[in-house]
Amino acid sequence: MSEQLSLAKPALPSQRKGGPLLEVEGLTKHFPLRDGFLFKRQVGAVQAVDGVDFTIHEGEALGLVGESGCGKSTTGRLVTRLLEPTAGQILYQGHNITHTDRKHLAPIRSQIQMIFQDPYASLNPRQTVGTIITGPMEINHIQPPGGHEKRVRELLETVGLNPEHYNRFPHEFSGGQRQRIGIARALGMQPKLIIADEPVSALDVSIQAQVVNLLQKLQHELGIAFLFIAHDLAIVRHFSHRVAVMYLGKIMEIGNRTDIYETPRHPYTHALLSAAPEANPDDEQERIRLAGDVPSPINPPTGCRFRTRCWKAQQKCTTEEPPLLQIAGNNTGHLTACHYPQDPTTAARDEDVVLDPALAALEQNAQESAEESAEESAEGSAEEQ
Amino acid sequence: MMGLPGLLPRFLRAPLGLDRGFAATVGVTMSSPTQATTYPEPSRSTGGADATVAAEIVGRSPRQLAWLRFKRDRTGIVCAVIVAFFILVAVFAPVITWLYGKNAYTLYGQDDNLLNSYGLPVKANGGIDADHWFGIEPGLGRDIFALLVYGIRTSLGISLCVTLLSVALGVCVGLVQGYLGGGTDYVVGRFSDLMMAFPSQLFFIAFTPVIIAMFVSPSDQEPTWIRFTALVLVQFALGWMSLGRLVRAQVLSLRTREYVEAAHLSGASPGRIIRRELLPNVWSTVLVQATLLLPLNVTAEAGLSFLGVGMQKPTPDWGLMFQDAAQYYRSDITYMFFPGIAMVVFVVAFNLLGDAVRDALDPRTVR
Amino acid sequence: MTTLTKPEQPSGRRDGAPFLSVRDLSVQFATEDGIVKAVDGLSFDVERGRTLGIVGESGSGKSVTNLAVLGLHNPRNTAITGEIVLNGHELTGAPQRTLEKLRGNTMAMIFQDSLSALSPYYTVGRQIAEPFRKHTGASRKAARERAVEMLRRVGIPQPELRVDDYPHQFSGGMRQRAMIALALVCDPQLLIADEPTTALDVTVQAQILDLLKQLQQETGTAIIFITHDLGVVARICDDVLVMYAGRCVERGTVRDILTTPRHPYAWGLLSSVPRRKAPVDAPLRPIPGTPPSLLKPPTGCPFHPRCEFREYVGDTRCQDERPMLTLDSGRGAACHLPAEQQKSIFAEQIRPLLGRS
Repeated sequence: MSEQLSLAKPALPSQRKGGPLLEVEGLTKHFPLRDGFLFKRQVGAVQAVDGVDFTIHEGEALGLVGESGCGKSTTGRLVTRLLEPTAGQILYQGHNITHTDRKHLAPIRSQIQMIFQDPYASLNPRQTVGTIITGPMEINHIQPPGGHEKRVRELLETVGLNPEHYNRFPHEFSGGQRQRIGIARALGMQPKLIIADEPVSALDVSIQAQVVNLLQKLQHELGIAFLFIAHDLAIVRHFSHRVAVMYLGKIMEIGNRTDIYETPRHPYTHALLSAAPEANPDDEQERIRLAGDVPSPINPPTGCRFRTRCWKAQQKCTTEEPPLLQIAGNNTGHLTACHYPQDPTTAARDEDVVLDPALAALEQNAQESAEESAEESAEGSAEEQ
Repeated sequence: MMGLPGLLPRFLRAPLGLDRGFAATVGVTMSSPTQATTYPEPSRSTGGADATVAAEIVGRSPRQLAWLRFKRDRTGIVCAVIVAFFILVAVFAPVITWLYGKNAYTLYGQDDNLLNSYGLPVKANGGIDADHWFGIEPGLGRDIFALLVYGIRTSLGISLCVTLLSVALGVCVGLVQGYLGGGTDYVVGRFSDLMMAFPSQLFFIAFTPVIIAMFVSPSDQEPTWIRFTALVLVQFALGWMSLGRLVRAQVLSLRTREYVEAAHLSGASPGRIIRRELLPNVWSTVLVQATLLLPLNVTAEAGLSFLGVGMQKPTPDWGLMFQDAAQYYRSDITYMFFPGIAMVVFVVAFNLLGDAVRDALDPRTVR
Repeated sequence: MTTLTKPEQPSGRRDGAPFLSVRDLSVQFATEDGIVKAVDGLSFDVERGRTLGIVGESGSGKSVTNLAVLGLHNPRNTAITGEIVLNGHELTGAPQRTLEKLRGNTMAMIFQDSLSALSPYYTVGRQIAEPFRKHTGASRKAARERAVEMLRRVGIPQPELRVDDYPHQFSGGMRQRAMIALALVCDPQLLIADEPTTALDVTVQAQILDLLKQLQQETGTAIIFITHDLGVVARICDDVLVMYAGRCVERGTVRDILTTPRHPYAWGLLSSVPRRKAPVDAPLRPIPGTPPSLLKPPTGCPFHPRCEFREYVGDTRCQDERPMLTLDSGRGAACHLPAEQQKSIFAEQIRPLLGRS
């Protein structure tokens, strides 16, 4: 395909934001699988993240979407250095922090913080809210004016909790409130970048919106950059300036919010958008139903990783891995890793794509019987006449 | 009863306490995730989930909640009182015998002619009378009440030392194994497997004399404290592994918790993470395990004395009393009766206490 | 495919009467902290071939309701009152044996977590064949064939081979399909699906939802679909029941609830989920506060502490008086706001947030 026009690096987002804060190049994480009696040897690896590139600019929110096992959470943990990368590099404000140890990481530790998924596991049940929030400040020798307690009260107020809750224990709070405490803990460090790993997926619908609004407010007012990891496409669209779609450890498509949601090119992005249900009975979406589940990351498909579930896959997809490029017709910064991209629209088409065999068979049956009964009634009416 | 919180403050109250949510995932590993989410769960959906309820239970720490739950458990309270009673008896043995007016070494039976020519008490029921409440010992003729009080003191002392040492080492080993993982975990784990493979009773019988011989030559009379130490050491050597394993498993699951990750993220040192994040959450398991380990050690110690490798006459000892009483059970069953009842009551009470503590720490186990 | 459809219509059918009818159902649990009113005066009907969606947040009583229908509550600490009539049989207070006969045969359930709902010690085929044998008395061989047939029907590739696999050898989506096969093996007339797709990825969820819908068209099963996701509701349900704090606050067809909801809680649910077509700059409009404790539900309307439209009603009516759900051809909301005001508030304040014309 000669559609590849330029090999542009991820270009600056069209918005206002400053210089690059975090640059990730070829980031890779393979978890070794060991087996054997007494002496374990490596028999394979879970290729959780396999060569991921992206950039987050100051004050920008980058969304990372994908299904379970696509490596989005692992990517978040690599960036925060909770996990050790197998290859690639992470540059924070131009400094290479890929393999920096704990002591040397100390100066920038406080600038990269994380908000976790499970509000019931992210707070130590044996510590009071005050201790939970001051702990990280003590470790990093942050001495707020007016003392720690005053600062904690301020933070609690910022995240919408009663400052008097200072001495309470996590079990006395609901999921949404706990998530706010987790946010206050991260804010106490005055971070420049927050990795939010599915921050609302464990919460009730009505509470999700509260937390999303809070995060958005913090992002606007404090200018914190976000790596927003989620599986919910609608929330990611709502929160992020740019969006990266991951599948089996690789980025399939990355671009501005409008690029991804209105003119997606990668078949997987199309499938994902089509599968996500909208609370609207008149939703006019193309209908794509994939077959089966995501393949195992231990033995990912050769070539393009999506080819086993793709309806456009050809011989080339098996042998050649598509590079992440700006395809003809895309805006700058909208990169797609596909040999045979889709048309840039998500509107419903004449023909549905149904790859699931059982579903296809059932629909076939239903259609045939409908046609039969239509014929019968037509015949009946003809006879009557 | 109301005096209990005062009597056992450090020992019971301090480590009590555990969050509900935490208990669900660490304490009861059996409960399936579906049940945790799908089925009605009054404790989460009502207790913690609501601001109005939270306002009513202002500022209760997990440990206070556990204490409240424990207070409601009548069996637990009764057992705690019994256990406390035994511990008090052990601690205040000299005071008790002083008040009682007898001691554990005087041969009352021989001095006061309370034994017949076969060495059995003259009076009925093993010589029970106003002076000797539990009767007198056949043979030597010591006072059984005084003997039992001191016997409890010796046995409990040994078992408590064994338990404390086992817990200390078990927690350390478990923390190291669980936190460092990898090669260390493997090597230490195989070593504790090896120790577990030892047949413990045979080991005790074979090694107690060896250890004692290391301190004193077999021909000399050894001081009591050496035997005491030797007994503690052999039991301790084979007593720490189960707790170590438990703590290791617990730490392994805690280590990947998000709050531990959050501590890593803030740049906390490993020492701080172990101290502040892991240890407080391991305590409840350790406490429960320790309350179950102690009665086990008491019976083991009694067993050793019974087999003749434990404490030696004339040191008063619970197990030794059984050994002695076994020789006389046909002619003087009362001698067996008192130490026997005392031990059964003690062991049962301690085990039930362990259950009650676990229930208080982990309210999800429904019986 | 002849084995798949039941030839004769079930005998108990009475025209006009719903297949499942629940009247004034209340479920209470005795707990350490007091009595939890998990469900309080709930009524609904389910008809053959239709799907009723029960929507609500955690603790709203949606799962409890369906466990009551299935008779799966522990009678020791649960008090169930009201009527549950399934195909003419009264289920409340029915002996366990009757319920056992009905479960798996007339009514079946699909759980959220397929890994813990399937036994790890038996093959998938055996778990599907076993209830079929129990309820129909089929031979071992026939039951196995039936299991293979069911697996094929729900889209498991190579069902002849996979029938002998254990649940852990299946992927998440496959296991959920196997669960559906297990639930449908006796051609139940009522299927209760409790968040069956919540644990699945979106692309797999879409497959499963379409599959359920197609299967329903073939067999005419009535489905109760429990979920918290209004998007899923839009995909699969015909009628919707919105639950809050153990009560039904609004009922209607899926189009009613999603396009012209009347209850402030339903408005809140709709406006707090972001939409792919809504403007991105507008913040979401969440429901303030947290769901109430069922130990001490609020007086009057259970939603009043979180309701932003209380003052439209005036006085303390919302605090004092419990709004009743009056149905007009299956449509109604339990709210003190007059119908006209409900319409105008929704049109003026809520609809613009939803990004629809």
